[in-house]
Amino acid sequence: MRMIVFLLALLIAVPVAAPVHAVQPDEMLADPVLEARARAISKQVRCLVCRNESIDDSNAKLARDLRLLVRERLVAGDSDAEVFDYLVERYGEFVLLKPKFSAANALLWLAGPIALLLGLIAIVAYHRTRRPRAAANEAPLSTEEKRRLEDILNG
Amino acid sequence: MIVELGHFALTLAFAVALFQAVVPLVGAGRGWVDWMRAAAPAALMQFLLTGFAFAALVNAFVSSDFSVRIVAENSNSQIPVLYRVSGTWGNHEGSMLLLVLILTLFGAMVAAFGRGLPLGLKARTLSVQSMIAAAFIGFILFTSNPFDRLVPAPLDGNDLNPLLQDIGLAIHPPFLYLGYVGLSMAFSFAVAALIEGKVDAAWARWVRPWTLLAWVMLTVGIALGSYWAYYELGWGGWWFWDPVENASFMPWLVAGALLHSAIVVEKRNALKAWTILLAILAFSLSLVGIFIVRSGVLTSVHAFANDPARGVFILAILGVTIVGSLTLYAWRAPGMRSEGLFQPVSREGGLILNNLLLAVAAAVVFTGTLAPLVREFFDGAKISVGAPFFDLAFTPFMVILIVAMPLGSLLPWKRGDLGRVMARLWWAAALALALGGVVWGVQTGGALLAPVGLALAAWLILGVIVEIGERIGLPRASLGTALGRLTRLPRADWGKFLAHGGLGLMVMGIAAVTAWEIEDIRLARPGDVIPLGGYEIHFDSVSEGQGPNYVYQRGHFTVTRDGEVVAVMEPEKRLYPVQNQPTTEAAIDMGLTRDLYLVLGDKQTNGEDWVVRAYLKPLVNWIWLGALAMAIGGAISLTDRRYRVGAAVRRRRAAPVAAE
Repeated sequence: MRMIVFLLALLIAVPVAAPVHAVQPDEMLADPVLEARARAISKQVRCLVCRNESIDDSNAKLARDLRLLVRERLVAGDSDAEVFDYLVERYGEFVLLKPKFSAANALLWLAGPIALLLGLIAIVAYHRTRRPRAAANEAPLSTEEKRRLEDILNG
Repeated sequence: MIVELGHFALTLAFAVALFQAVVPLVGAGRGWVDWMRAAAPAALMQFLLTGFAFAALVNAFVSSDFSVRIVAENSNSQIPVLYRVSGTWGNHEGSMLLLVLILTLFGAMVAAFGRGLPLGLKARTLSVQSMIAAAFIGFILFTSNPFDRLVPAPLDGNDLNPLLQDIGLAIHPPFLYLGYVGLSMAFSFAVAALIEGKVDAAWARWVRPWTLLAWVMLTVGIALGSYWAYYELGWGGWWFWDPVENASFMPWLVAGALLHSAIVVEKRNALKAWTILLAILAFSLSLVGIFIVRSGVLTSVHAFANDPARGVFILAILGVTIVGSLTLYAWRAPGMRSEGLFQPVSREGGLILNNLLLAVAAAVVFTGTLAPLVREFFDGAKISVGAPFFDLAFTPFMVILIVAMPLGSLLPWKRGDLGRVMARLWWAAALALALGGVVWGVQTGGALLAPVGLALAAWLILGVIVEIGERIGLPRASLGTALGRLTRLPRADWGKFLAHGGLGLMVMGIAAVTAWEIEDIRLARPGDVIPLGGYEIHFDSVSEGQGPNYVYQRGHFTVTRDGEVVAVMEPEKRLYPVQNQPTTEAAIDMGLTRDLYLVLGDKQTNGEDWVVRAYLKPLVNWIWLGALAMAIGGAISLTDRRYRVGAAVRRRRAAPVAAE
């Protein structure tokens, strides 16, 4: 019981914050709303010299430079989309950890839904082809057998 | 000398593997019993020889024989013995030898314990297994020989990467390999069945224990890797959708689908073609994973540094295995007649949905992992596919699966009624939604993750409870009878409840920690107090010292709550002088309801302040407890008597005596 109360108290008393990894105190912005946006954006920006890490996770110098750049743009008044565009303009699509919704990436994003659809179609088709075969395999009940079935079910 | 003997043993193993790949298969085709009988002793021989080779390599590491090249590159006389042993597989060549050891181990186990198997099936299965083993032993002998000497031998080695000098990471590869290399056995059974042209309930019964064993090991291996990342990497992350993580996750998903599909084959004699395909796909994904990690084709924090020649060899193994097995499948699978009839709304239907969702989820991970490669191949564009993509693309399928799980578990075979099932589950659904609502209402900010995640997890766990009630007849029977039935439930049932419940625990942990984690990063000096969600963290002092092969700076913190001391935490920063590599050791105060996670950062230039990162992570340990529950559930299922096929043999021998 105390655990639940404690957990609930935790929720009420403390603002929900995203996990921070490699951000240094001297990089953090004073405005918490902007800082939260900066962190959310950082988690989607790739550290270009690391192996598959975001700038939020990485300790590399370039990651730090990019974190500062993101915050700089936010302070200058850019929207989230504008910050991403700015980075893509300078570093290419490679810098985005979430690929763009473009025509070239269509197959990537749609792979899941398409696979699900194809699978469902295959299942339905498979089931349809088995029905006639199943019906052909089953001999219908004779009248005698039907009466016995009635007796069993009702008595 | 021992190293050379090991090398020789491996070469002999190669010869035996080639023998075993051909002779029993031909024997099975021609009906030559002697040739078929050669499979089992050959498999045991292969394992013994490979085992000796592996032991020779371990010996070289433990005795710090720096005249062996990989020992010089990956070990050092200063490191503790445990890490000298684990250094054996902490490099490309050694880990390939471990892989082959496990391939031959599974072959030997089937040879020794598969007494009930029909001779033809056993011979063919061991043959196929041996083909894979021969391919990989050949790979080792020709491109990645662990026994290469280094002349002149250096006086001391390079040292093992400090990140790998850790107990979790020492045992993570063996479990992982037992897992996704163990899936080779399911593959071999599947291909053998295709060659024979026969899949029946008995085949499914034989395949399941081996697949289950591999799946349990894979679960433990992945969980170990995740937990290691959590406490070692210094920021409490536990899953990064890194290509190598995905490489182990895809076989796990498909093996899960395979396990459930095999149930349908065994109980209802249906879904044969799909089950065979899943068995082939599971191991194919394992091979793809091996390729990804070792070919240098994808950048990842995990990858071994490698030259392209090895990549080409593995690609060849991959190509022949996958193309060969799928061609065989296309040719033979249509000839397999499934008999069981069932309505769409039935347990079979539920398991088909389960298969579909797991397979689609694996396909999403597969596409995401390989997309950068494919894009670069086709139009030269370099894109990144990281965690944000996977979180968005993968999660919906898991959500649908979790919603369906309690329903599917309760549906009867052949023909079910959703209305009746929902009637038994309505209170679980109501409670779950209520929990979601409470969480939504109470938390600040409108994020959906916590309410939805916790509601789903509660639905799953309560569904398991409803199912247990069903199985012991609770709403109708008296409590006494029900409890009696509880003690007599078959172990496979307990396995199912633990595994499904474990998944629920894991989802709860994931939702809680992702949504409600609190962090605090700041500059602090001894004497400061850091408030963190109801706790006070007192920064006492920083001391310096020396470990076996590193120097450290250690922070001393006392954590209090309402004035009472809760924990003393001592995070460290270490420097390993041989490779000049720094690492951070986070201090973690582990609890069932939360973890306190403390990291000491860099000292500032003013000489007084340190960067201190403090995290409060609610329910984070439920993630690994859930995974452990799943693994234990699987292990319990394995001990169920129905899987000991030998039991059938014993009964048959007893029957003639009784008839007299």
